[in-house]
Order: sequence, then C-alpha cells, then structure tokens
Amino acid sequence: MALKLTDYKTQVHNDWCAGCGDFGILNAIQMALAEMQIPTHAATIFSGIGCSGKTPHFINTYGIHTLHGRVLPFAQGAKLSNPDLQVIAVGGDGDGLGIGAGHFVSAGRRNVDLLYIIFDNGVYGLTKGQAAPTLKLGLKTKSLPQPNVNNSVNPISLALVAGFTFIARGYSYEVKHLKELIKKGVQHKGLAFLDVLQPCPTYNDINTKEWFQGMDNIDPKTGRQVPRTYKLEDSGYDGIVRSDDNLDNKMAKVIEKANEWGNEIPIGIFYQNEFIPTYEDRITSRIDNYMVNPPARQDISDNQRKPISTISRILEDLRVDNI
Amino acid sequence: MTPNNQLTWVIGGAQGSGVDSAANIFSRACAQGGLHIFGKREYYSNIKGEHSYFTVRVSDKPIRSHVDDINVLVSFDAETVFKHADMVTDGGVIIYDTSLINTNIRDLPTIDEHAEARVTSMLEKSGNEFTIKGMLNHAESNGVFLCGISYFSLIKDFAQKINEPSLSKLTRMINVMALSASMAILDFDRDVLAKAIRRIFKSKQKIAELNVAAANYAYDHARTSFANLKFPFKLKCKNPSSDILLVQGNQSSAMGKIVAGCRFQTYYPITPASDDSEFLESNQIIEQRNGKHGSMVVIQTEDEIAAIAMAIGSALTGARSATATSGPGFSLMAEALGWAGINEVPLLVSLYQRTGPSTGLPTRHEQSDLMFAINAGHGEFPRIVYASGDIEESFYDTIKAFNFAERYQLPVIHMLDKAIANSIMTCHTLDPERIEIDRGKMVMNFRPDIGSESEAKSKNQQAEEQNLKQHYLRFKLTNGPISPRATLGTEGTVFWNSGDEHTEDGHITEDPFVRTQMMNKRMSKLEVALKEIPDDDKLAVYDHTSQDPGRPTLSPEVIIISWGSTKGAILDAIDQFRIDKRDLRIKFIQLKLLHPFPTQLVERALDADSILVDVEMNYSSQLGILFEQNLHRNIDYRIVKYNGRPMSSSEIYNALLRIHSGDAPRRTVLEHGT
Repeated sequence: MALKLTDYKTQVHNDWCAGCGDFGILNAIQMALAEMQIPTHAATIFSGIGCSGKTPHFINTYGIHTLHGRVLPFAQGAKLSNPDLQVIAVGGDGDGLGIGAGHFVSAGRRNVDLLYIIFDNGVYGLTKGQAAPTLKLGLKTKSLPQPNVNNSVNPISLALVAGFTFIARGYSYEVKHLKELIKKGVQHKGLAFLDVLQPCPTYNDINTKEWFQGMDNIDPKTGRQVPRTYKLEDSGYDGIVRSDDNLDNKMAKVIEKANEWGNEIPIGIFYQNEFIPTYEDRITSRIDNYMVNPPARQDISDNQRKPISTISRILEDLRVDNI
Repeated sequence: MTPNNQLTWVIGGAQGSGVDSAANIFSRACAQGGLHIFGKREYYSNIKGEHSYFTVRVSDKPIRSHVDDINVLVSFDAETVFKHADMVTDGGVIIYDTSLINTNIRDLPTIDEHAEARVTSMLEKSGNEFTIKGMLNHAESNGVFLCGISYFSLIKDFAQKINEPSLSKLTRMINVMALSASMAILDFDRDVLAKAIRRIFKSKQKIAELNVAAANYAYDHARTSFANLKFPFKLKCKNPSSDILLVQGNQSSAMGKIVAGCRFQTYYPITPASDDSEFLESNQIIEQRNGKHGSMVVIQTEDEIAAIAMAIGSALTGARSATATSGPGFSLMAEALGWAGINEVPLLVSLYQRTGPSTGLPTRHEQSDLMFAINAGHGEFPRIVYASGDIEESFYDTIKAFNFAERYQLPVIHMLDKAIANSIMTCHTLDPERIEIDRGKMVMNFRPDIGSESEAKSKNQQAEEQNLKQHYLRFKLTNGPISPRATLGTEGTVFWNSGDEHTEDGHITEDPFVRTQMMNKRMSKLEVALKEIPDDDKLAVYDHTSQDPGRPTLSPEVIIISWGSTKGAILDAIDQFRIDKRDLRIKFIQLKLLHPFPTQLVERALDADSILVDVEMNYSSQLGILFEQNLHRNIDYRIVKYNGRPMSSSEIYNALLRIHSGDAPRRTVLEHGT
C-alpha cells in the first residue's frame, strides 16, 4: 500500500511561531519522503538543538533529537553502523555553523552518504534572538542590544571547501522547489548539504518573508515587486561535475555564486560531485563485506549466548611458547 | 641472598633510541625462556630526545608489579646513568658506555634542573665529581658492579666483521647490543635470545638477522670482557608453558571488545588511550566461529565530543559501540554522556586515566578521575563505573561492561589507566568463552538474519513481540525500569529520542508527573543493577589471614581497600610479608563496581576491629571519600601518591610496615619515581 503524506506526520503539537519558515521545511521533508515512498521505519531524522531541533518530533519516522551542535556526529555514527538507514540531519545555522562548525568541516572530509539541512535564519530564536553565524556584519535584528559585531559565515562556500559533495540552497516559502532539492539531496551518493533560507518572523525583522519576496524591491520599469531569490537552474547555471569538467573552474563558480546576496540570491543546486568516494566506499575498501554486514547487522553471539568472535590468531601470536 | 630468576632489569635512553624495542626483546626472551615478567614503560610527552626507560621485573612465579630496586641497569647514554644508578642495589650491575665517562651532568640539556640538583647534591655528599665517573664511583661504593663497553669500537669491529661500510646504519643497533651484553652477564641462553629477536622483528627478516648477529657479537664481547665478574644474578631458562601469554595493557581491553561483539569504536588521539583504538583498527577484520567474518568500524573523529556522539549514534542502531579516551577527552564527553543517560543508550567509554588536571603530566599515571567518572555531566542520570585491576581482568571486564551497558541500557565507564596501558606482563591465556553475551531486553525479530543464529522463537515470544509492536513505546513504563529496546531501522518500532525530558514514546514533555516517573524509571535502574550484578563482579577479596593451615582463623589486622591498577603492587606487597615471614594478617578488598556503590557487600567484607587502609593513586583518596560517604566508617590510614609514577610494591610494603608498627601518619604520601 502506498504511503501517504499523512503517514509521515505525528500528532505532536507543533509550537513553532505562526508564520515560522520552519513549517515550509517540515512540509517539504514530509512530501519528499512520501514521494520517494521511503518506509517510515527506514528513515531517521536527526536534529540539533533549537526550534529546528524539534523537527523530528513532527515526523513519523525514527527521530533523534540530539545535542546542540552535535547532530552530524550522531547522524554519521548511525549511518556508518547501519548504511541501510536513510539519514537526514537538521539544525539551525547557530547549531551547525557556530557551536557545531568543527563537525561541519570534518563531516565534509568524510563524505558520509546523508543529507544535512540547515534552517538558516541568522538568529538564535529559542534563546530570544541573539545573532547567529549567518547574520551579516552590522545588522541589528530587533532583539540585539547592538548591531552584529561578527562577520557572517557563508554556508555554501564553507561546505564546498570542507568537501561536501552536494551543495544546494532552498527557500522555505518555495516548498515544491525545496522538496525537489531534498529528494536530490537524499538521492545523492555522498554528503549533501542544503542551506534553507527560513525567515524567523519573531526575531529576524530584516530578512523577513516580505524582504525575500521583494516587497521593497520594486522594478522601476514595471512597478512590480521583484523577489530577491532566483533559481540557479533558470539562469543557465549548472553545478553538476561531469567527468571531463575542470574541477577548479567549477568550484570557482560555486564560490562566485555563493557570494551573491542582496537583490539577487541564488537558490537551487550549486554543486554536485559524485566522483569523490563516500566514507562507506572507503570502509568497503578495507572491509569487503561492510555494506552487507555492517556493524548493526552483525551477529555477536550464538544461541548459547557464547561470543562467536574468536581471537585465536591474536592469542596465538601472544603465546610465549610460539617462537 | 640472590636467588636465580628474581631480578629487576632496567634499560634507559633517549626517546627514539630503541629503548622500547630492547625491552620488548628482553621481555619476550624471558617469557620464551619460561619466566614470568612484569614490565612498565615510562616516557615523556616528547617524540625524540627526552629520557625514557623501561623496567622489567623477572621471576619464577607470576608477578604483578614493579619494585624500586634495580639489579641490572642497561644504559647507552649518560642520562640513564645519572637518573637510575643510585637505585641499583648492592650486587647489582651497571652497563655503561665508556666513552661517556667524563660527561658532566651540567652538560646534559635534557635533564631538568630539579633532577640535576638532586643528583649533584647526592654526589657532593659522597665526595664525587658530577660526571659519569663520579656517578659510577658512587654506585660502586654501594657495592654495584660496573661493566663498561665502548659501543663505538664494538660497532666498528662488528662492521668490519660483517663488511658493512655504513656505521650509522649499525649504530641503530646499540640498543640490542647493550641488551645482549646484559644477557651475557646474566648467563641467559643466547639461543632463546636470538629467537626472541627474530620474533620481535618477524616481519623484517633482514633486520632480524642483522640484529641477531649484532646481539651475538655483543654477547661474545661481554662474555670475554666480563669473564671474571662475580655477578650473583642469573637467569635460567625453562620450557615455556603453552597457556601463558605475554600481553600489553593496551591490547587486553581491546581484545575484550572484539570478543564482546563491539563493532564500532571511535576515538580522538590521546595518550594513553589511542593504542586501544589502533589495536582494533589493526585487527578490524574479525574471525568468527561460524566461519564468516565480522568486522569493526574504527573511526578517528575530529574531537572527543564527536567521538562519543558518533558512538551513541551507532549504539542506537543496535551495534555494540565504544569510545576510548583519557581524562581531557572525557571532560569533553560529559554533555553527551548525559544524553546517553536520559535516552537509555548502551555505550562503553574506556577511560584510560592519566595525571590531571588539564594536560597534567600527559604521559604519566594517576587514578584521579574516579569522582569525575561518577559525576560527569549535569543533572542526574544512571551510569555504571567499573574498574579493572590488571591486564587479565581488563579483558573479561570489558565484556562484562558491555553486558551491563545493554542489560541496564546506560553508559558504562570502564576505568583503566596509564599504568595498565603501558605495562606488559605474562599472564594466563584468555578464555573468550568464559563470559556470556547479555544483550538485555531487545526487540530483535526485525532482523531475519539473526533468526538463523538464535533458537526459533516460541509462539509466546512471537506473540509478545507482536504485541509490543502494536504500539511500541521506547520508554514504556512497565513493571520494571527497563523497557524493551528497539533499534533504528526496525519495522514497527518507530520511536523518538530527545535530550529533553520525554514521554514513553520519546517526545518532549515538561509535565511534572511524567518527569518524576521518568526520573524514577531511569534512576532505579541502578538499584536493579546493584541487585543483579554478581558479588564476584562487584569486588574481589584477597584474604591472606588464614593461609597457615595449622593456625586458627584470625580476623585481619589490616584491611586494605583500593581500586584499579594498584592491585598488583598491593598483592605483591602482601606476598612479600609472607616471604619475609612477617606476622601481619592482611585482607585486601579490591573494589571493581564503584558506581552504584556496593555498600552492603563492602560492609560484609569488613571486620570491625581491623585497621582500615585506603591505597590510591590520587591526592584526595577518592575511593576513601566514597567509602566514608556510604559506610559510616572512617578510613584509618591513607596511602596516596600523585607524582605521576605508579606505586611500587616496595613502597606499599614499607608504608604498611610503618602502619603496623604504629608510627605512620594518617596519610602517607609516596614519592618514589624517576
């Protein structure tokens, strides 16, 4: 029987603020899971801490709400122990690029086959609106006592140099577009990163839904508002690495695109490179049956509860009469 | 009296000059010669150049610790002579490099000023100059034999003999030549030595043969040069027994992990814990009795926070998972430890303690993380803290620790330390089938592959599991605190975890009643564990009070309590009392389960009138504090040490002697160590 969208929803009361951009991401994840017909027990959503951290509780799959900044290590540990799991990790920009920045970079070096979605709104919402890592220097969102004193980190560029092999950006009010990006991220072979612009209606009074939609960005010729986001695929940009591509040029273009902001904010796929071996491939090169017999699937005892692992070879080596 | 086959042999030299491999050859040779050894390695936090040394105690009978005295000191640099010559006993021997005879201690950059001041003041008192010559004079006046070797001419002559033009290639073998010279003086069977060398270099046959030739050359040289030496210590080889192993402390717990079914280990490099992970990575393909092969994924993470978080993620999928670290790394793990606690995740943390706080003495020993292990993390959550006393124990304890983790669904902190990790000893062969695997309450039938191994499920069991899956609740409040554990990916048992307080299905709640219920559920697991864990696993009692069959059983005069790697030195000290025929009735209680604390069992093991002595490698006698918190009885004497060097049995022996004679202070601080 085909799984329906409702099969991916829980009864848990959602306490996000009205108008929160997180709703669009949540819906897009559920729609993507339904369209891909991933059985509810086959997926696990991991999250960090903050408003975005509550996401797994609203999704009827395995849901692991972890620690602040540590979602990637938790998610990688589970995926590497059981590569059959569909793993999606989610968290805020403070979670992933502030307290968890070290894990973000290190995850890129590994290229474990999972999708990481950052709910990117520039503020720490649940602690009442402090500046988060993607907030631009000098901006003063409404609960800041002083303008932001730190420069912002660019998640797309950081993901690229860290080694993520799929890098995309979505906008939480473009749900269908976002859903497609999630599907592509899940299907990507390797570590996928999806930066989702997600207005916080309560604390980020600068990068609001209206701002993204260009309420104040009027085309002088037409007199119409011009949305600040545009789709990379509509602009003829192609970030997919093919075998004969010059990788350096391709990566330089990603950085160029990642630097666009203001009235022209690109969304869509910035980069995809499936030529980098996944961490699972790398383990397989050492352990030939890893994918069929990963840690989570191994028998360790017999029906008498005796260990089935032997260490005779090692013990033999340590025996004092073995000369 | 100097019986055969009883001695302490020490080799020292600059780090990187082959001290370890010489000591490994010596240990291996003695073990292959049917002798028992206990060895310990001391080294600086440094790659090359600083002083390192290796102490190996040899005996006919099993031994478990080192002593302070040295009988054979093997050196090929000056610092070793300055640092250790004073500990060589009457009748002992020092092998030294004759070309260093005029080297002044003040010219050695690696000796720090404090050590230098201690040596020079000693030499000043005995009227000797501050050179190797002065130091050797000083030792000679203590009755020590001196064996000078010109390593340079030895190498030169050897090079000529084998037609090797490159001397520098051969100087790397000074360590083996010095070792071999000591073997000649000890009358050790040169064939056994040659076999040990080949064994150590077994993967490099050419190098092995070159070393054997060099060893033989040095052996002959020493035989000729020191033919008239009336050296009393000899090592006589016997046939080795096939059930004796020569094991290093950083191998045993790792072997336990393989047998226990650990299939995922994470780590961030740290002394002295990394060896555990590196051993596992070297042995990651696991042979199984069913003919198939298993494997372990070993991951070097970006930090210890990631290490524990990854291990928890893995444990959620059902794989037995562990991380290995030392104090500084464990400090970083505290938050995630609490997450594992509130989400009832079985996890093993191997905590190889070293000297703290902060970076402390990074390569030295201490047992100062007991209180931290018991209390690490904010809030209250159940965990088990379990300590091993020696290499052999740590193998079996590792398997038990995994069983505790899964049976009670909580993190287990397995206390190990630098003294265990960097020691080597002969011990009984390890029996991989002695400990059963206990996976606790699990929902397993999602795994058809498991059905083949386990017995067919009864209809009742099937019905029960079906029932469970009707509405699976990960944290179901049943008639006991432990709920059946499902793992990620299982069909029909979707659940949630959260570091927030949660309901039975794992969703966030701030309800005061649920909070109380869940706290009760989690914390009461400790009571269950305390009830169920067999007494023999909680503590070990070594009662030496009624050994003499002719005499009535008397209560002990002294009861020692301790935990961890002090075990060997305590037992050897107690043995020494017997050997010396000193009439002191001692009982030793070795605590293994430290949290939850087995109060009643300890109470039963005590005798009312005995003097209670706490022995620990830390400043504040942490076990003593724990003991007094739980038992309403005071510790009478404390023997502590915190200079980074493990306790020797001689130190414990002397401290007990003073306590027995009534003139010991309430707290004795041991200070021996180089």
